Amino acid sequence: MDLISEEKLAEMAPVEKVRFIIDEVRSGKILVLEKGLTPEEEASLIEMTMTLIDPEGFSGIEMESYPSKVDTSIFGKILKKHTVRTRLTVVGPADQLKTLKKDRNMISALLSAHK
Amino acid sequence: MGVITSFKQNFSEFFKKLFRKKNARIGIYGPPNAGKTTLANRILRDWTGDAMGSVSHIAHETRRARRREGVTIKANGHSITLDIIDTPGLATKIDFHEFMEHGMEESEAKRRAKEATEGVIEAVKWLDNLDGVILVMDATEDPYTQVNVTVIGNMEARKLPLLIAANKIDLPESSPGTIRDAFPQHPMVAISALEGKNIDTLYEEIAKRFG
Repeated sequence: MDLISEEKLAEMAPVEKVRFIIDEVRSGKILVLEKGLTPEEEASLIEMTMTLIDPEGFSGIEMESYPSKVDTSIFGKILKKHTVRTRLTVVGPADQLKTLKKDRNMISALLSAHK
Repeated sequence: MGVITSFKQNFSEFFKKLFRKKNARIGIYGPPNAGKTTLANRILRDWTGDAMGSVSHIAHETRRARRREGVTIKANGHSITLDIIDTPGLATKIDFHEFMEHGMEESEAKRRAKEATEGVIEAVKWLDNLDGVILVMDATEDPYTQVNVTVIGNMEARKLPLLIAANKIDLPESSPGTIRDAFPQHPMVAISALEGKNIDTLYEEIAKRFG
């Protein structure tokens, strides 16, 4: 399992980020992303995952993130900025990571070392 | 005289087309087997007398997005005309073995899995072309599924209206209150698309939310 810092992902363009995640997950790694993915990046990751599903090897990913938060601060309102604040994301191969329970602030998952 | 009348008609139609408000495109989203096509069928039967597609207890029955234009819904004295898009169930994984557990041959299960992956891609792409979403959640399941979180996040990021339909309240184990507690920032209507329970309240909310 790799824990990826916010800084490492921030250096990447969204498409690089998605490619990096999918490559790591296909190689069998489970990733914990400190800052999480934006909703758009999650959608891109789902899309790319679908293109790579292979009946003989890769059945997809298990991804869990906390619901994102919309910035409703006074500065955001003044500047009329609508910022979605992302939170932690866990992503891994579907056959090695299984979510047991999830709520707004907790994710319980079962990890298995072998496919 | 005939020429002038014809000119007037053409001119009038041209301006109607020029200034006609585009129907809002509303996508019906949700995880596989949440009841999206059952709801789409209910809406179409109630307002057009038609149906959208077939339903099944096997996941990924809808593998291509279906669009129905110009569905007029009347509620609370308001009338709203929508283009409704019934999308394939979103998922992060598709394993053909799950289809074989329903008695499918391996080749058929693999074909369905392949079509299902294409359907998910299509559903994701539609997110960029919508004016609002009805997110269908299975009220007997955990509301924090990744699909729900991703769809809600995408609508919030795009600042587009979202209406949650907490479906399957005809089942005794359903708990629509759990969905309301999970996503209190969005309007939610508890329904049974299958039995039509509370469907008028959903139409009122659709007219209010997407009108």
